[in-house]
Amino acid sequence: MSGGLNLTLRVWRQNGPGDKGRIEEYQAKDINPNKSFLEMLDVVNEGLITSGQDPIEFDHDCREGICGMCSLVINGNPHGPERGTTTCQLHMRSFSDGDVITIEPFRAGAFPVLKDLMVDRSAFDRVTQAGGYVSIRTGAAPDAHATPVGKENADAAFDAATCIGCGACVAACKNASAMLFVGAKVTHLSLLPQGQPEREERARNMVKQMDEEGFGNCTNQYECEAACPKEISRNVISNMNGDFLLASLRK
Amino acid sequence: MQLDAKIPSGPIAEKWDKHRFNLKLVNPANKRKYKIIVVGSGLAGGSAAATLGELGYNVDCFCFQDSPRRAHSIAAQGGINAAKNYQNDGDSVYRLFYDTVKGGDYRSREANVHRLAQVSVNIIDQCVAQGVPFAREYGGLLANRSFGGAQVSRTFYARGQTGQQLLLGAYSALSRQISVGQVNMHTRHEMLDIVVQDGRAAGIVTRNLITGEIRSHAADAVVLATGGYGNVFYLSTNAKGCNVTATYRAYKKGAGFANPCYTQIHPTCIPVKGDYQSKLTLMSESLRNDGRVWVPLNKGDKRPPDQIPEEERDYYLERKYPSFGNLVPRDVASRNAKLVCDDGRGVADSGYGVYLDFRDAINRLGEDAIRARYGNLFHMYQKITADNPYKTPMKIYPASHYTMGGLWVDYNLMSNLPGLHVIGEANFSDHGSNRLGASALMQGLADGYFVLPYTIGQYLAQHGYGNTDNTGEAFKDAENEAQARIDKLLSINGKRTPDSFHREMGKLVWDKCGMARNEAGLKEAIEKIPAIRAEFWENVAVVGGGEGINANLERAGRVADFLEFGELLCRDALERRESCGGHFREEHQTPEGEALRDDENFCHAAVWEYQGQNATPKRHQEEMTFENVKLTQRSYK
Ligand SMILES: Cc1cc2nc3c(=O)[nH]c(=O)nc-3n(C[C@H](O)[C@H](O)[C@H](O)COP(=O)(O)OP(=O)(O)OC[C@H]3O[C@@H](n4cnc5c(N)ncnc54)[C@H](O)[C@@H]3O)c2cc1C
Ligand code: FES
Repeated sequence: MSGGLNLTLRVWRQNGPGDKGRIEEYQAKDINPNKSFLEMLDVVNEGLITSGQDPIEFDHDCREGICGMCSLVINGNPHGPERGTTTCQLHMRSFSDGDVITIEPFRAGAFPVLKDLMVDRSAFDRVTQAGGYVSIRTGAAPDAHATPVGKENADAAFDAATCIGCGACVAACKNASAMLFVGAKVTHLSLLPQGQPEREERARNMVKQMDEEGFGNCTNQYECEAACPKEISRNVISNMNGDFLLASLRK
Repeated sequence: MQLDAKIPSGPIAEKWDKHRFNLKLVNPANKRKYKIIVVGSGLAGGSAAATLGELGYNVDCFCFQDSPRRAHSIAAQGGINAAKNYQNDGDSVYRLFYDTVKGGDYRSREANVHRLAQVSVNIIDQCVAQGVPFAREYGGLLANRSFGGAQVSRTFYARGQTGQQLLLGAYSALSRQISVGQVNMHTRHEMLDIVVQDGRAAGIVTRNLITGEIRSHAADAVVLATGGYGNVFYLSTNAKGCNVTATYRAYKKGAGFANPCYTQIHPTCIPVKGDYQSKLTLMSESLRNDGRVWVPLNKGDKRPPDQIPEEERDYYLERKYPSFGNLVPRDVASRNAKLVCDDGRGVADSGYGVYLDFRDAINRLGEDAIRARYGNLFHMYQKITADNPYKTPMKIYPASHYTMGGLWVDYNLMSNLPGLHVIGEANFSDHGSNRLGASALMQGLADGYFVLPYTIGQYLAQHGYGNTDNTGEAFKDAENEAQARIDKLLSINGKRTPDSFHREMGKLVWDKCGMARNEAGLKEAIEKIPAIRAEFWENVAVVGGGEGINANLERAGRVADFLEFGELLCRDALERRESCGGHFREEHQTPEGEALRDDENFCHAAVWEYQGQNATPKRHQEEMTFENVKLTQRSYK
């Protein structure tokens, strides 16, 4: 067994939203440390499939840390132990031979489990639909150079806009708050001149939808910031609160 | 098969304006009576669905991910081209047009490419207005860089995450239309078939990936925006879910598949390590602006890179192509990497890798400047390889990345199957046999925001509205067929996973129909693929049931289509007895080893018509005529 890792996986299995769910154990044998975490799960699944057992369902797509489709709580940490890293970019060299690894879904009332490690994050889409945009029709735009944007603001807007919508912030928060996610979008647009006309309305509508979806309140623990694979700053939350406050004062 | 490209007459620069004027318009009051299906929510599908919704059409949009924001466009790194000439370096619509036709090695349609260059400028305006945070200069204006083979700086970018920011822009526009009820979004739905009724595309069949429900949807027109088929090689830079199913199913229902052999192998990806890998990761080619590509001069030189002195390094691109150097187009860069590795001078464990070295750029500009340009890419590289590219050169190797081939479409982006429109990477596109860097994002958004929303009106106005009844026989047949296929997959109870078949065929197709192709190899592949396919249908392991979530079943269905499509790819490559762009036939090269076209016999798009299971498909041709750009041997010397 040339440098391969032998691991015990404790994996959350749940047949559907109505099922109670349970942890089951699997052995992952002789895993090359250069594999990604999801490639390790692929191997376990291939073994399950060829022995006629149901493979472990998990979401993934790009496998390069940008689509936000992968999730998983690994040993209690959304996206695993490495900072600024999605599960798909986590590599097995972060683990040691003999490790026991517990793998659970992102848990939150607003993210019901669909099956095993897959959850329903459509609440994020609905929050965006409530106002995470600039109302501009195709074809109605002025020349791109008509409005200069200072580099500092443009860069800060970009930093907020790098959110991949994975939901790790929610999974990390004991209140299942979505403030980092919503704050990131509000901040991105409120730093740009294009976002100004709808600034307050946007904050108000997105926050309203966020509450309706059942996301919790922020109690300033900032577990979200620590779990965010894109390392979005907690400052987006205070920006959002500022816009929201303005909106409420003016209403 | 009728292939009328419907190219408008008149001078190239006036065709689009004239055509727009001549297109039939749909009465604004009637738009709400039409229903349009858009399959795909990437740059092409997302922008089209949003724009059609804004125009007042009722849109049903489908994607297989859990959110439209996750389409694979999100992964594009480097940038998007537009002929804005903001840098005052001599760019123009005509130059972008010219570069794209030349870069595509004269295998694209002039009229389409010119239109693409024309609308490119509107795309940037649109995206900025949506709040896309493009990189800016200190004065507050947009920054540009030069990209893959262009000698002007026309590429707009958002650090190394341009695709993400553009897609989030389209997603925001789409979200707005969803919120007002113009677009009905169906996430976690996979399209399994096209429904053809009365000779037109009348709808689609989908599987709900949560409940397993198979059902059909009828509409007045169908738009496919389902992306490329680069995963035919198994290993590629595409997302795991990228598939050929939608376009291949349309092909089986009568839509022509054009130029499947035009695949783009991207020169700068992280090399393969071991045989367990599930995908390859691209390192944006913007890195070639500052990184220098080299291999050891001597075969078998195993010293670490920092111990190889300057005179024993071969900066082969700079040596062979002094005027373009490291910025030669992708096909040229990829092929040369293969050549030096085949020559025994490759690096990386497998011997299939070359260095991309930032030492000189860091010395010249400082580490901070390099971090500002490529920080996230360097970070990603380090995550995957555990090497630090600020200290030691990256190792890179070509990988499958993009597919220029796709469903044939006319100037209106409609396939030969009336009502079926195809946009983005899924169509046979404007890139001929090789796509220039930063031009796919441009094409996807051009198609979705600025072309299809006009041209589809022509079909709709002629065809009328209200075709939303999905109870006809054609619908039921298509539903039953889809169900039968799933039942069949579930009943095999074999021993091999779908992925193992995909890997086997992918390797075969990569070896025989990848960066270099020859007659014997292609014939061998065409002979072997049916055997892999036959084993698949006898020995594939699909567990669980058809109801509910079953990723194993989803993969099996997609792999089954790749196993048929791989053969079509090789057949097209075999019949195209010339080299052009990304299609390199070893029998056809210049004495210097460059691609040698045969304009007399192959200046056409090859369009394949399905003839039935296990029958050889029929090859048709659309001649490409060049009235504005003179055909020359491409030279980047
Ligand atoms: C790693 C990478 C980097 C790139 N970088 C650049 C770059 O810098 N510049 C550039 O110009 N281009 C780049 N490209 C190319 C470019 O990103 C793509 O060509 C382009 O984004 C494709 O967009 P699309 O809308 O056609 O397809 P996609 O974005 O792939 O979208 C396809 C959509 O179709 C849906 N779909 C597919 N099949 C089905 C089905 N059967 N049923 C239902 N829905 C389905 C998917 O859910 C998705 O919504 C890059 C590509 C890759 C892989
Ligand atoms: S799979 Fe796309 S971010 Fe992990």
